[in-house]
Amino acid sequence: MTSLKRQEHRLANSLIQLEVLEAPRQNGEQFALFQDKLEAAGLYPLRPTGVEILQINVGKMCNQTCKHCHVDAGPDRKEIMARETMQHCLDALDAAGKQIHTVDLTGGAPEMNPHFRWFVEELSLRGKKVMVRCNLTIILANPKYHDLPEFFRQHGVEVVSSLPHFSARRTDAQRGEGVFEKSIKALQMLNAVGYGKHGSGLDLHLVYNPAGAFLPGSQASLEKEFKQKLLKDFGVEFNNLYVITNLPISRFLDYLLQSGNYESYMEKLVNAFNPVAAAGVMCRNTLSVGWDGALYDCDFNQMLDMKLEKTAPEHISDFQLNSIDQRAIRLNQHCYGCTAGAGSSCGGATT
Amino acid sequence: MEKTYYKPEDLGKFGNIADWQPELAKKFFDYYGEVFKEGELSEREKALIALAVSHALQCPYCIDAYSTGSLEKGATEGQMMEALHVAAAIRGGASLVHGVQMMNKVKEVSM
Ligand code: SF4
Ligand code: SF4
Repeated sequence: MTSLKRQEHRLANSLIQLEVLEAPRQNGEQFALFQDKLEAAGLYPLRPTGVEILQINVGKMCNQTCKHCHVDAGPDRKEIMARETMQHCLDALDAAGKQIHTVDLTGGAPEMNPHFRWFVEELSLRGKKVMVRCNLTIILANPKYHDLPEFFRQHGVEVVSSLPHFSARRTDAQRGEGVFEKSIKALQMLNAVGYGKHGSGLDLHLVYNPAGAFLPGSQASLEKEFKQKLLKDFGVEFNNLYVITNLPISRFLDYLLQSGNYESYMEKLVNAFNPVAAAGVMCRNTLSVGWDGALYDCDFNQMLDMKLEKTAPEHISDFQLNSIDQRAIRLNQHCYGCTAGAGSSCGGATT
Repeated sequence: MEKTYYKPEDLGKFGNIADWQPELAKKFFDYYGEVFKEGELSEREKALIALAVSHALQCPYCIDAYSTGSLEKGATEGQMMEALHVAAAIRGGASLVHGVQMMNKVKEVSM
């Protein structure tokens, strides 16, 4: 499988994705506008509560090509963050001080960026809590990555990893043949250095997102199921399960359209709009940085090329906390993915 | 009357039954909601029971709802199919166990 970009697929163009999201249904009716729903909930314009987390996408390169990937990541993507841009991020963090206490590194597979380890070291020197979105298989992809669990441990990195299901079939359907087996091996390696073990202080969280056009069930129940199954079948332990809803963008949008599920999925998201979840969307306390240093409200807006509103800086090198905290967040119909049911964010349910 | 008895979009209109009798509908939907909450049985187990019953009743709305519902609650394909076999076994068994009644009757009226 190749990325949409490599295929020169029409959905590789973010403007076309937005067109699809804004288009009326086949019967001519329009889905209720997300903006209107927020207005009715007294949340429009949506403002940050203050940036506390900097989520940095260090590149679109990945060893996997998952079907649902909203980044359209894969081995054929070459866009990765330069060291200079990482330095701009560090400078911004120094300027922001204690208000931004957490850095969330994502990709692609962030570990594939050649400056990844240096960056993690710099971040941990600054006393930031560092989270890495590790896809697990990367640990086994090449001998040079085998020591990642030890590297993470040394720097107290919090590891957040996707495992769409505790059955091989469901995981492989979404993430590729053989991914489940490798993921379990990687989890065992993380457990071996203490990750996910009670009292070790080394957090290992798993991310569940549905392998198909349906919404996730309750986080608490799924976490219980995952814990029982993974422990019983593979001896694997972890801390929390983050339940995430798939947003209708990029490859997941392509899947929805191809499979004829787009309208019914959007309808589900719209019908499940929850004002309480809307108040807790992650863009209110998280700022997203693209591989080239551009600033966005979230990783999803990043993939839709929706940069911060004009009143805020465009690039991390012009970082300025005040104007960022006072901006209005840019919204569109994909935002329904964050407000459905119990809500969804990079840290799971929001209610 | 419509050309077909069942239309998928009607599932989403289930709540409309309240239009003509709100009090009873409210009681029913509140009860329904309570039933499916996690209790001594997990949400997944309840969804699987609902899936099996849907097939026993052959209700297309329920099959639609609980196929997705079971997935949402984290059930595997294998669990879902096993649940159906439970329904099928009980349905088949319910027919066959009456074989005893048949045999009794035949014995009663035969020489
Ligand atoms: S979902 Fe994650 S692991 Fe899968 S292709 Fe995208 S970035 Fe890579
Ligand atoms: S998609 Fe991004 S901007 Fe929209 S609600 Fe979710 S986090 Fe906020």
